[in-house]
Amino acid sequence: MSGAEKIQVKVTEITPLNELVTRFRFERVDGRQLPTFSGGAHTVVEMQDGGITRLNPYSLMSDPFDQSSYTISVRRDDQGRGGSLFMHRQVKLGDEMTISYPVNLFSLDLRARKHLFLAGGIGITPFLAQIKQLELLHGHWELHYACRNQALASYADQLTDRHPNATHLYYDDQSQVIDLENLLSGQPLGTHVYVCGPKGMIDWVRNTAAAEGWPEDCVHYEEFLAPQPGKPFEVRLASSEKVIHVGENESLLEAIEREGVDAPYLCRGGACGQCETVVLDHDGNFVHRDHWLTDEEKAAGKKIMPCVSRFEGKSLVLDR
Amino acid sequence: MTIQFNDESFRDDYTFHNSEWAIKRFPFPFHEDSYMYSVNMEQHRGGPEGSVYEMRFDVDEHYVSEMKDRAIVLDQDPLRCQSLPHMTLAGWDLLELIMVSKSEDYPDLFELHRNGNQWRWINKPLGIDHSFTFMDETTLPYGPMEYITRQAQGDFAVLDQRDEMLWMDAGMVTTQADWSLDFDIGMNFFEWHAPVPKAHEMGIFKRALKFLLNIQQGAPARRLNWTMTVNPLLDTSPENYHKWGIQKTTLTPENIAHKQHLRVELQTFFRLPRSNALVFPIRCYLCSFQDLMTVPKWGRRLHRVVRDLPVELATYKGFIDNRPMMLDYLSQFDDGLPTSPGVWPDLETEPPLSK
Repeated sequence: MSGAEKIQVKVTEITPLNELVTRFRFERVDGRQLPTFSGGAHTVVEMQDGGITRLNPYSLMSDPFDQSSYTISVRRDDQGRGGSLFMHRQVKLGDEMTISYPVNLFSLDLRARKHLFLAGGIGITPFLAQIKQLELLHGHWELHYACRNQALASYADQLTDRHPNATHLYYDDQSQVIDLENLLSGQPLGTHVYVCGPKGMIDWVRNTAAAEGWPEDCVHYEEFLAPQPGKPFEVRLASSEKVIHVGENESLLEAIEREGVDAPYLCRGGACGQCETVVLDHDGNFVHRDHWLTDEEKAAGKKIMPCVSRFEGKSLVLDR
Repeated sequence: MTIQFNDESFRDDYTFHNSEWAIKRFPFPFHEDSYMYSVNMEQHRGGPEGSVYEMRFDVDEHYVSEMKDRAIVLDQDPLRCQSLPHMTLAGWDLLELIMVSKSEDYPDLFELHRNGNQWRWINKPLGIDHSFTFMDETTLPYGPMEYITRQAQGDFAVLDQRDEMLWMDAGMVTTQADWSLDFDIGMNFFEWHAPVPKAHEMGIFKRALKFLLNIQQGAPARRLNWTMTVNPLLDTSPENYHKWGIQKTTLTPENIAHKQHLRVELQTFFRLPRSNALVFPIRCYLCSFQDLMTVPKWGRRLHRVVRDLPVELATYKGFIDNRPMMLDYLSQFDDGLPTSPGVWPDLETEPPLSK
């Protein structure tokens, strides 16, 4: 069986926050309690969208120790393949859905003397759960949160109300930018920095921290990639003896699953490594988009992460 | 079900013994007539009724006496239980996991009553009835991990997960097969496995680490490991090697049947929800050679496994010097007949010894 354990839930609250972001609350269908989790964990939400099963990861943003419900916030992506559009347009109050047990690929380093959170846009969501966890455990944290403008700054008011001294906001339209070099150089020993946001922001934080001599183990980041559309291609699955067609708007992993071949996965966003698949033969070019394989592995062409990566060329044979 | 708890010792006069029930459910670790390392993991979600795999935390007739033995070890050497400061949350996770599991799996022996964070824990075999506040250490006589593992059979390694690695950052280790928590505390997965021969070259630990890092909430796993122990000693620690190591030289053809024990570890792995740590319970089961030989299939197979084990492994497991004497004894129970596949005793279907 692939992926984490499943939970049947119903949608008990849908709250539009602003033009782009809507919050969903889930409770268990059987009325029992949900598992606790650790701040930074995500759940994979199954969507039955016409004939397609979409499985998208979303960070859990509710109190990790509250077992009555989970909440997630979904940013609408009009250019995406439709997962967020499905959540925004199709999901109704009372709908039953399947979500996965919590999986954490972005957990707090509990040794840290201080946790420095850097959020960009919808990247705020894992920090909301981590902040709740640290408040309960009397942890020391500080948040720097950058958004396009005040109207799109989800949860900014709530954060400044509850934690006025720990929350720092930056609005692009007012040309406010995190003064990262000064911020990093002023941190006490034992600080861990966490960044969640667009790829550019993650790279900026990792590079700046490295240049300032921060140990790699003290810099944590999470970026879920959404699979991108691409040219259709064909793949031969050697172990299952099947030739499958990957359409423009589906990922290689989704195409494998559609053909009834069980393939391992967890995050479906190029981060966890679980779906790593051996390439037996190929004639063409890979479009590697994951964070998992090293540059050397990507160049070698012996492995592919089918959740986000694609292929362009004559033939591809996978050990699956 | 009710369990009759033995009054027995794992030291000095060694009154430890297995009932017929305990022998039949002994986790015999060899599924074929030879043995080599493998990651051999499977899901830990129950097993045949009455087997040691059925419950999340198996409780058997040795429970009360094992807990007394643990208390003696801790009294003499408090460093057998350690928890680095960042592991307290994982300790609460473990306390919750064990209390919830035991009260659900053995409702006649254990009760857990929860009202928010006000918890009442009743452990009937050990005579404990304790009310405390969950997540408030001041309401327990020990830290949460020590409190609950003084009431649970087996050793517990609590592993922090960070930077794609596991770290031995807490544990309760008093029934171990010759490894030391005090030595290993703070080490990573490759460091604490460094002494194991052959397995590194085989890539076993890289694959095992990858598997363990991906164990998720709600999907625990398990595997078996084994070694040999002379006398039914739970505490075969490096700290006390001067006391038990010498006992290996007391084995004779006359006493081997009851003195030599096969030692099997049922290792399980659970993701802990609040801390994202991993707990690794290592439960030790002992069975004397003479008790094992009451199962014809196990007699045939144990002889073949011990006979064909590579020298490095017999050395690492500490019985290379005694192997000839063991084989003299075990060969009496091997008539050369084929054995059925799998670990189960198959008492009804396997032929009796024909020699």
